[in-house]
Amino acid sequence: MTDILMPALSPTMEEGTLAKWHVKVGDTVSSGDVIAEIETDKATMEVEAVDEGVVEALLVAEGTEGVKVNATIARLAGEGGAAAPSPTPKTETPAAKAPEPVKAEAPKPAPPTPAPQSAAAPARAPEGDRIFASPLARRIAEQKGVDLGSVSGSGPHGRIIKADIEAARPGQTKAAAPSAAPVVSTPASTAPRQVQSLEQMGIAPGSYDLIPLDGMRKTVARRMTDSFRDVPHFPLSVDIELDELLAARTKINAMLEKQGVKVSVNDMVIKAAAVALMRVPEANASYTPEGIAMHHHADIAMAVAVPGGLITPIIRSAETKGLAQIATEAKDLAERARTRKLKPDEFQGGTFSVSNLGMFGIKSFASIINEPQGAILSVGAGEKRPVVRGNELAIATVMTVTLTCDHRVVDGATGARWLAAFKPLLEDPITLIV
Amino acid sequence: MADAFDVIVIGSGPGGYVTAIRASQLGMSVAIIERTELGGICLNWGCIPTKALLKSGEMYEALGHLGDYGLSVEKRSFDFSAVIARSRKVAAQLNAGVTFLMKKHKIEVVVGTARLEKGQGAPTVVVGARKLTARHVILATGARARTIPTIGLEADGERIWTYREALVPKAAPKTMVVIGSGAIGMEFASFYRALGSEVTVIEMLPRILPVEDEEVSRAAHKAFEKRGIKFRVGAAVKKLGKTKAGVALQIEAGGMAETLEADVCIVAVGIVGNVEEMGLEDLGVKIDRTHIVTDSHGGTGVPGLYAIGDVAGPPWLAHKASHEGVHCIEHIAGLKPSNLTSPIPGCTYTNPQIASVGLTEAQAREQGLEPKVGRFPFKVNGKAIASGETDGFVKTVFDGKTGALIGAHMVGHEVTEMIQGYALAMTLEATEEDIQATVFPHPTMSEAMHESALDAYGKVLHI
Repeated sequence: MTDILMPALSPTMEEGTLAKWHVKVGDTVSSGDVIAEIETDKATMEVEAVDEGVVEALLVAEGTEGVKVNATIARLAGEGGAAAPSPTPKTETPAAKAPEPVKAEAPKPAPPTPAPQSAAAPARAPEGDRIFASPLARRIAEQKGVDLGSVSGSGPHGRIIKADIEAARPGQTKAAAPSAAPVVSTPASTAPRQVQSLEQMGIAPGSYDLIPLDGMRKTVARRMTDSFRDVPHFPLSVDIELDELLAARTKINAMLEKQGVKVSVNDMVIKAAAVALMRVPEANASYTPEGIAMHHHADIAMAVAVPGGLITPIIRSAETKGLAQIATEAKDLAERARTRKLKPDEFQGGTFSVSNLGMFGIKSFASIINEPQGAILSVGAGEKRPVVRGNELAIATVMTVTLTCDHRVVDGATGARWLAAFKPLLEDPITLIV
Repeated sequence: MADAFDVIVIGSGPGGYVTAIRASQLGMSVAIIERTELGGICLNWGCIPTKALLKSGEMYEALGHLGDYGLSVEKRSFDFSAVIARSRKVAAQLNAGVTFLMKKHKIEVVVGTARLEKGQGAPTVVVGARKLTARHVILATGARARTIPTIGLEADGERIWTYREALVPKAAPKTMVVIGSGAIGMEFASFYRALGSEVTVIEMLPRILPVEDEEVSRAAHKAFEKRGIKFRVGAAVKKLGKTKAGVALQIEAGGMAETLEADVCIVAVGIVGNVEEMGLEDLGVKIDRTHIVTDSHGGTGVPGLYAIGDVAGPPWLAHKASHEGVHCIEHIAGLKPSNLTSPIPGCTYTNPQIASVGLTEAQAREQGLEPKVGRFPFKVNGKAIASGETDGFVKTVFDGKTGALIGAHMVGHEVTEMIQGYALAMTLEATEEDIQATVFPHPTMSEAMHESALDAYGKVLHI
């Protein structure tokens, strides 16, 4: 008899949704057969059988959320020891629509990545679904100021019971890992705020269509609400002249044409951001209750709009990569993001984000901090503007960038220093090479 | 290796046989060792046969006030030997049921007395000439009536009884003294009183049913007195002796000496664990007075040896033994067993019945909690009035700070069938809001459970 266990789609995954079974009881499976689909809030993966055998029992129903990693999900009759099946990325898009015509470098502000998971499994599905807790546990949590979402349940089916709350620290947040930003706890700190119904607010029933919240929408809502409320943030803006950069880009692309690579302004922004982070490492940092985490590499998360939301794939160690490589990776990541083919480790755990709405003509904007990162850069449109040189008016291609900083790690002066390091890298792009 | 098993359970009471079934369900090979009857005290000489007697007593008592219901009977009477015979038949039926369950689950039943010897890993179990080995040995040897021979508190099988003799006498005594007002003493007092015996109950502590909430003790005391049971509380037994025709009991209460004479005396002064003559000392099993000291999963500290149920300490209740046994074997199997800290209800099947779970009001105060207490009497409950069963009340104790239900106490008709509602609420960690928000069917006596929870928060409706 072989137990089939819930696979971890990434090293940090703790639970996921069993989206679909491809087998039924009595089916014979052999190694490599796709037996199920597992969904996290960002990705859908196929589970392949490792062993051969006859499906004896499916222990988790289709659509079950919050299935813990390594929980037994099915049982095969046949020889062989327990083995976790290996997940492989899946190609199907749940919202089986054609990708929207958004360019690779068409990101949106406020990019979410899934919260870094702590060692303990929160009793909540990653989508922020219903938290199972006993009535008494709920009440004591409220009295103590413990965020239920931060507590792992030891009761039946992972239910949070009184003892779990008593063991929890008031103000405990969902991530114990040092990369977590603490959330000042209020009773409703992660539960959706109790708001009046649309009807109570004067919107007639039937006058609108209700689109159910999917996992991505819930994640975006939760992470952005948490961040905007709990992270003390402020924006710093600066104008950057782009003419030299555009000229350089033309040359570079002419050079790379044969290889079929095309470098975008956003790719150059990513490269420059990474170099600037190396020069001002204080900006490449995360606040944690234990201390400031100074990241070794500039892992740049780039916001990509996808049908139904957005996702932030990561260019790892971007400071070490050339423009051609960044351009290639960025194109690949953006394309796979739109078809939900990214692996969790490709969109979890950046150290800095870049969000670009320039292609929509947005002049400037200030993104919401992508926790636990210390800062996020919002890139506006490059446009011809009057500039003053000496005492003369001149015309230059200018774009406004805004750095939103987590004041707990990046003070005003630190943010300004980073922008001071960043700006010349774009205005005089030859320095990017150095 | 016919004598090698995954699990050996010693003792087949409600702790042992349930553990064996669960072990078998989990795919283990199991042997169970029983020196007398499958099912242990509970269903042969305890819980079950006493319930059969009490039902006879209760029905006979009801015949005495049929007029209240507009009914009459020419002349009520009973055949005592038939009452006893029914009780034995009930016990025999359940004993056969356990035999069937053992067979169904392919559990090998070994008849005999077990002795433990040091083995490789878990102790070896010696039964007569057989040496049985297993990876896990679970002691479920139960307990027996406590006797105090130095002052004569020892069954003679004739006029001085323990529960065992009290279950199968030849005739109902005219007069009877019961020493001890716990559940066992009170149930026999209630049964024999129902059949007309003059019963006096002696309690050393200042109140009867001393483990229950004080208000419960008071109400029960009153209700039993109304039925003709006499009490001596705060009374120390000095000496129990036999006379020509019966027994003489010397007691001392409030500095006053008194001698009570009766045909029969039932000794119900507690129970002691069956820990002797099994070689436990040689294995290094820790024994505290008469029970085995265990960890939170029944482990004794000796590799592969566990203890559950009465032999592992109070409360001495069948359902506690089963719960511990299932927990123990599931833990052994590597499962995450159900919570061992679930509250354990206690029931006394007297008329009226007593049922309780969790803390008494006094215990809650001792623990420094500020309890919110609710009460509701059956005398204003519609169903109770219609049934003519208005004795008793429901009392609930909530933690004033968190609203958690921490205790519930009931006196009244069939309250033993209602207490599980509160046990469930406590296990689910319900607060007052949850109980108040629950819809109780009308008309039922259980509505008093709702009202009591409302009363604790000043929201009672029918008073």
